[in-house]
Amino acid sequence: MVETIINIILFTMLVLTALAIVRIDSLFAAVMLSGVFSLLSALLFVTLDAVDVAFTEAAVGAGISTVLMLMTIALTSRTQKKATRSGMVPFVVVAVTGGALFYGTLDMPNLGDPNAPAQLHVAPEYLAGSIKDIDVPNVVTSVLASYRGYDTLGETAVVFTAGIGVLLLLSGLGRRRRKDEEGDA
Amino acid sequence: MERLLDWTFVVGHMNYWLFIVLMMTGLFIVVARGNLVKKIIGLNIFQAAVFMLYISIGKVTGGTAPIYPVDMQGHMQVDPSIIYSNPLPHVLILTAIVVGIATTSLALALTIRIREAYDTIEEDDILKIERHMAAEDNKEHGAAMGGRA
Amino acid sequence: MMHHHLILRVVTKMLVGTIILFAFYVQFHGDFSPGGGFQAGVIMAVAFILYGIVFGLNKAEEVFPPWLVHKLAAFGVLVYAGTGVVSLLLGYNFLDYNAFNPGHPSHGQHWGIFAVELGVGITVTGVMVAIYYAFAGRPPPINDEDW
Repeated sequence: MVETIINIILFTMLVLTALAIVRIDSLFAAVMLSGVFSLLSALLFVTLDAVDVAFTEAAVGAGISTVLMLMTIALTSRTQKKATRSGMVPFVVVAVTGGALFYGTLDMPNLGDPNAPAQLHVAPEYLAGSIKDIDVPNVVTSVLASYRGYDTLGETAVVFTAGIGVLLLLSGLGRRRRKDEEGDA
Repeated sequence: MERLLDWTFVVGHMNYWLFIVLMMTGLFIVVARGNLVKKIIGLNIFQAAVFMLYISIGKVTGGTAPIYPVDMQGHMQVDPSIIYSNPLPHVLILTAIVVGIATTSLALALTIRIREAYDTIEEDDILKIERHMAAEDNKEHGAAMGGRA
Repeated sequence: MMHHHLILRVVTKMLVGTIILFAFYVQFHGDFSPGGGFQAGVIMAVAFILYGIVFGLNKAEEVFPPWLVHKLAAFGVLVYAGTGVVSLLLGYNFLDYNAFNPGHPSHGQHWGIFAVELGVGITVTGVMVAIYYAFAGRPPPINDEDW
């Protein structure tokens, strides 16, 4: 019961932060609020027992992503233009999508139901195997690195590829080459 | 419909509905706001809501974080009476968060390049410039083809 | 600019070492507590980003040169995939860590998880620092009146 109340309070704060991001025109404030949003969602992950995820979200969402967005608005612009179009069409789109998702949740098991399909299939094997086969106390680590090693290899490759993409877009290698050509001419 | 009046059903599904509210707030920012940085923030909110949905699927009532206690000698203390939450969604989302920041930074890099090319990051202005450039192109090619294009 | 912010500079000097130490703790203690390669990589990168923000990009690039950052980003993926290839060469499946100590499979698993998490940590550090360098090295726009 206490957990439910904490969840609801955290959610209220998350929704208020998100609404503030919708309303605000200063991009600096929006970026700071998105950092607050990440920190609040890290708290929510702790109440949902996902401490590893909370750790990652706090380091990545509240740390690096805020820094990168601040650098971006320093290189682009600090305010957004006032919205000129009416918000009616987007609101209808969002309401219809939200309604469809709401309808979808009606078939889902209750939150925390120990007999939900997600709890019965592979999770017990991982929890038992982490003791017997792998001997690592943190089950998340053993699933991440051993049982689902292929997955993580792919994710690492994706991170690497995204890094290459940013370097190609921003590192200035092309600019340097152009300057050399100008120097030759 | 009578299920919506059932208290345990409502409390059990409250989390999912709140995720949907957050998700739709993110979607609204993406659709309704023209500023590219704002759109990226909206995408991040949408993404965070999906993460929360996944994590809450792995939650077990009365459970705790899936880490076994260890004594001073490094041996695991396995107590069958302790319930652990499902570790699988945690693994999936943990990697997704790091991949998410990598792709977000790619989007931000594109925004910087767009700002350098068009001198604006407002969707409306970019579209106006694009349309103008297309019209200029058409005029030029039209003149080259004898005014028939 | 370099001579302002005395408190910031002193505090940063004290924090950078601690942050790096914490990153190593998260990396190598990830088997027993929350943490692992992804988190450790991000925290390690944050140490260099903090240094770069306070002391300027040039100083940070002296400490951690960009060519090394780029090589490290690729090297981590190589370590990860290489672990799988080694287990293949030992006659087991790709990324089957039992190969590293067939007599005592759980020890083999420990070695495999160690190598793989190290690869993840190196790649994430490299990519995050490289992204920071790329963003910070971009010349600012000329019209600066709206600050």
